[in-house]
Amino acid sequence: MDVLDLARWQFGITTVYHFLMVPLTIGLSLLVAGMQTAWVRTGDRKYLAMTKFWGKLLLINFAMGVVTGIVQEFQFGMTWSAYSRFVGDVFGAPLAMEGLVAFFVESTFLGLWIFGWDRLPKKAHLACVWAFSLATMASAYFILAANSWMQHPVGVELVDGRARLTSIWEVLGNNTVLAAFPHTIFGAFAVAASFLVGIAAWHLWRHTDEGPVWRASVKVGTWVGVVAFTGLAISGDQQAKLMFEQQPMKMAAAEALCHTESPAAFSVFAIGDVTRPDCENVKSITVPALLSFLAHNDFTTEVKGIEELIPQYQEKYGANYPVDPRLGELSGMPIDYVPNLPVTYWGFRLMIGFGAIAVGAGLVIQWLVRGGRVPRGRWFKWLTLGSVATPFLGNSFGWIFTEMGRQPFVVVPNPGGVDGVWMFTARAVSSSTPGEVLTSLVALTLVYGVLACVEVFLIRRYVRAGIAGVLPDDKSGSDEDARSEADDVLSFAY
Amino acid sequence: METFWFCVIALLWLGYLFLEGFDFGVGMLLPVLGRSDDERRVLINTIGPVWDGNEVWLLVAVGATFAAFPAWYAALLSSVYLPLVLFLLALIGRGVAFEYRGKVDSARWRRVWDAVIVAGSWTAALGVGLLLSATVFGMPLDAAGDRVGSPFASIRWETLLGAVAVAGYAFVHGAVFLSLKTEGEVRERARALALRVAPFALLPLLVLLLTVQLRFGSTWTWGASIVVALAAFGAYGRLVLRREGQAFALMGVTVAAAVAALFGALYPDVLPSTLDPAWSLTVAGAASSPYTLTVMTWVAAFGTPAVLVYQGWTYWVFRKRVGTRHIPRVHVP
Repeated sequence: MDVLDLARWQFGITTVYHFLMVPLTIGLSLLVAGMQTAWVRTGDRKYLAMTKFWGKLLLINFAMGVVTGIVQEFQFGMTWSAYSRFVGDVFGAPLAMEGLVAFFVESTFLGLWIFGWDRLPKKAHLACVWAFSLATMASAYFILAANSWMQHPVGVELVDGRARLTSIWEVLGNNTVLAAFPHTIFGAFAVAASFLVGIAAWHLWRHTDEGPVWRASVKVGTWVGVVAFTGLAISGDQQAKLMFEQQPMKMAAAEALCHTESPAAFSVFAIGDVTRPDCENVKSITVPALLSFLAHNDFTTEVKGIEELIPQYQEKYGANYPVDPRLGELSGMPIDYVPNLPVTYWGFRLMIGFGAIAVGAGLVIQWLVRGGRVPRGRWFKWLTLGSVATPFLGNSFGWIFTEMGRQPFVVVPNPGGVDGVWMFTARAVSSSTPGEVLTSLVALTLVYGVLACVEVFLIRRYVRAGIAGVLPDDKSGSDEDARSEADDVLSFAY
Repeated sequence: METFWFCVIALLWLGYLFLEGFDFGVGMLLPVLGRSDDERRVLINTIGPVWDGNEVWLLVAVGATFAAFPAWYAALLSSVYLPLVLFLLALIGRGVAFEYRGKVDSARWRRVWDAVIVAGSWTAALGVGLLLSATVFGMPLDAAGDRVGSPFASIRWETLLGAVAVAGYAFVHGAVFLSLKTEGEVRERARALALRVAPFALLPLLVLLLTVQLRFGSTWTWGASIVVALAAFGAYGRLVLRREGQAFALMGVTVAAAVAALFGALYPDVLPSTLDPAWSLTVAGAASSPYTLTVMTWVAAFGTPAVLVYQGWTYWVFRKRVGTRHIPRVHVP
């Protein structure tokens, strides 16, 4: 493999892996902040138990999110240095803002929260978890603003072959990020909701103590899940409409829509080979005119297909890659403007499918455990555990679809976008040696693999132990801080 | 404006070296000063609430470099690729280890994570030194800012000296910090160790500065280098007198003057080319547009004071010395 393939694999692996932790952190931190608020307001021990239990799982997960995030920040310079030079003027700003405005708050207040139990006044301690959780959302905003700029470059001009920032407000107020942010945040809540529902219902099934804690968790999770899924559908629809406008090829690929249709049908499920852009073998189960509606809000508009889009792209951005030694063996070769069809087509469907399964499972579980009931069968255990995994899968497929769908571009040219501000992925990589990138790809993947096992092991252990694992003695919540003495510097210890 | 941002980045590195310098040091000293499990937990708890916040200084330094000097960011990180991978793995391992070592009550489990903390702290401190000295001494860059030559071009005697210098500084800084933040036997041991090793451990830093000055120095960077030496001596003297707070503050002066001397010698380059001075990346050539720098200045003007205030508050909240009597029973599933 050459540097381009290795760098892409590395980016894909490190990003998808990082994004397994991030949504859980965002969603769960806000829910934990809510639980702690309930405890501070009511003094009900149930809420303290919830805060401690879900908070512990949050911490185990957050640690991994942090350390894998460091790699992301270095990676642009290490493996994508040509990209960094081209877009540094605009792309670096949101990253630096994320660090300065959001990540400092996150890491500092999390430290205060972990070590501040019994040490800070109750309300100040509560404020710390809120500061932390709101900062995770702010973090997400800045990172998504940077990503959205790659999907839809705005607020720039082209000067000396480089993108130059003309308006930071356009970058931060990009309509793409305004749609992507709620979608991502709702996705994060979907993850946290399933996490709550699945694990809590599993405890109910095992008939461990602390029934009220688990019932409250299932309830919170279900409602958050329903709201999250509604939000996902609405914001996803917004995103899709923008995508038809900004990246027509990505949407055509997502639908395996080969020929322009008017009105266009929405493909629910395809049978056959979607790998061929001529789509001859594809038999698709479709909903007539739905795609037109998704694209433009009416049932008749024409939606452009892959075959019609290819010549348009070739005319605007060339039929062949430029002759440039940095492009390696792609230099002078024809450009394939069609993203990997099976990945985009199925990625889109799996994203939606797993998201729908997640909320469906949540509702089913809530209904099954209503009014103090608990199903006895082993199948219920698998339902609860399976439901935890589904939104993670939905998120991952969503990102794979978004990022793979914009190939062969790293910065996507939009119809009506800024002239000249776009970049081929092949042109974006560093001039590193394949050996260097292969070394880091293997090393990071191995370490990430080991850490995944460790994290799952720890989460499993803490989940099994339940409340007893996080609340040492059965004191009532209001006594908790009476225990603290002047000398009790750190009640929590690594 | 470019020069201002060059100074901001130097300041961010200063913040990083000063803050994470001592938590690297604590990691390195874990097996040396922590003889029992409780003592090791004392050591780790001294940095527990703050190490993560300290590390963000690095992320902001690198992020600010990306925003303000993209060409510098791109050239440096792609040139020092392999050492950086090792550095990142060290930070990953170390961060996870801090969070996970106390999550299972088993001696073997803790032994493994302690080993990761020690190895990670050494590797990361060496890595920071290598990265900084590669910046100051330059890389074999071509006209496009790409590295020419082998993946190991960043490993030369100057950069190895830089690596050892930062690791030595972190080691001493960590010991001084521990003598300030702990009580009882650990405190005594930390102080005794700092006094014993400081003369050797800080020597590479002085040699590094001397080398830099002989090659690139100007009058005022010579001045800064002399301040480094004086502050280091001062810190030593204060520690002898058991004034740990003052010793720690003087260690801060040491690193501040060292950063001033290094970045002062580097200016107006941001990354010299060892092949042809005409290919060196300069403050003016590598910078983002004035508009971007203005935006970043506004962000920094509002963000930095806030960071200093709440990070300062964290240190205030956890200002008390930590001792084995504060370590609670282990309670894990």
